[in-house]
Amino acid sequence: MAFELELISPIEVAKDVVLAVQEYTLLSFQSLANFFRRPLYMADMVQQADLIGVGSLPIVILTGLSVGALLALNAASTLQRFGSVTLIGQLVSLGMVTELGPLITGLMVAGRNASGMASELGSMIVTEQIDAMRALGTDPTKKLITPRIGATGFMLFFLTIIADLLGLIGGYGVAHLLFGVDTNQYWTSVWQILVFRDVFTGLIKPVLFGFIISTVGCYYGMSTKGGTQGVGRSTTQAVVAASVLILIVDFFVTKLIFAIFGYR
Amino acid sequence: MPVPTLPIENPAASVASPSGYAIEFDDVSIAFDEKVVLQNISFHLEHGETKAIFGVAGSGKSTLLKLAIGLLRPDSGRIFVLGEEVTRMSEQELFDLRRRVGIVFQESALFDSLKVYENVAFRLMEEHISGEEIERRVREVLHFVELERTYDMRPSELSGGMRRRVAIARAIITEPEVLLYDSPTGGLDPVTSNTIVELIMKQRDVYKTSALLVTHRLQDAFTMATHQFDKATNQMVALPKGQFCEVQMSFLILRDAKVIFDGDAHQLATSRDEYIREYIS
Repeated sequence: MAFELELISPIEVAKDVVLAVQEYTLLSFQSLANFFRRPLYMADMVQQADLIGVGSLPIVILTGLSVGALLALNAASTLQRFGSVTLIGQLVSLGMVTELGPLITGLMVAGRNASGMASELGSMIVTEQIDAMRALGTDPTKKLITPRIGATGFMLFFLTIIADLLGLIGGYGVAHLLFGVDTNQYWTSVWQILVFRDVFTGLIKPVLFGFIISTVGCYYGMSTKGGTQGVGRSTTQAVVAASVLILIVDFFVTKLIFAIFGYR
Repeated sequence: MPVPTLPIENPAASVASPSGYAIEFDDVSIAFDEKVVLQNISFHLEHGETKAIFGVAGSGKSTLLKLAIGLLRPDSGRIFVLGEEVTRMSEQELFDLRRRVGIVFQESALFDSLKVYENVAFRLMEEHISGEEIERRVREVLHFVELERTYDMRPSELSGGMRRRVAIARAIITEPEVLLYDSPTGGLDPVTSNTIVELIMKQRDVYKTSALLVTHRLQDAFTMATHQFDKATNQMVALPKGQFCEVQMSFLILRDAKVIFDGDAHQLATSRDEYIREYIS
């Protein structure tokens, strides 16, 4: 039996990529513009906030605690060599608040919710529910996408604060119980090391990550083709694309904030 | 009552006044990935008329309905619905027009995360009508499709036939001026199909709604042409042989992306076209 491998022209691939970027950009702009157009589906936004925020809480608590504890453990083994184990609090604080808190929370929520959005909307596409919604005179971007963008950005902001706090608690557990760091000393160093720039960086990122997670998840869901197999494909692509975009955007946002506020 | 004629026999049909018909297709063509699905399609639907659309699988029947409601845009040609040119309207303008048109999708397309009453009331909820009014109208329309007991159920708990009836209830709750049915009896057993046909007939004869009915079951359309809904007995009754229903009923057949027949039941039964004869035999 002979197998034929179909060769795809690089020009066609490039065209598809440009088209996808164009469609993603249009969908994102349209969904953002919907915040200023009536009707605003507040009930749907609250429902999504519950699904995304409250639903993601256990996983964020667990990862926040673990990452904080691991950060303290790894930092302590190096700091011990220089007799500076009391600086653990500073390292955990800076690491969690500016970088790991938003990043880990973003990646966790991307894994959980970008996939959820892509599969939900993808299923609605293949079962003609989106067409039915349009036929019933309702704009699916207003009813389905805008509430998800609002809810994800809003909830990721608070989830990140919770993850930061739990990371600091996890770090404290390791520093105090394993390395005998004084409670007061730990929390004072945690507090004192932080400046406005660090907090600003740590709080602007989740809003951007929330936007990426929701728009990527919704875009892949809304562009689903090819039945149930297509839904599976969209789900995987949404998680991969959202995660990669989060990492790229994280780098550039950090660089930009350093450029604006200056290095330490 | 004017009887629709074959467009080939009546070239004036394609240049008729756009506002005179419930739906008008004027030289419409559409292709997907270079595959021509519909080519130079022209026909019209009179107010109060029901037109059954036939064709083999993949002949563009469902595409035709989606074009009519603006879910798809044609590559060329013009489409008028209730006097408005769908092909020139923005998506936002189309949302307003679609409120005057009801559609029943092939697989019902009920929102599976919502209960039956939420599905049926979807459009009313969007219009922020009061809760009591919504409940009254939902119960009324569920009574019409004889599914009051499903009020609190989810679509996943319903059978295929019940889902179609809920989809019909959702389509008619706002008393649309035009109804589009996409294979409402497809995949259903004969008894359930009959129930659906009776329901469509009830809508046609009681409310005189204009309708496009896509189907691959010729017997459904012939039943609709030879029967009438009797309000007194709440069931359909056969008309005497040779007599057709009061409401205008016509047939349109698609083949190879083109309209090969557009006429009434009598014209269809007496057609000499070989393909049509084979199709209706």
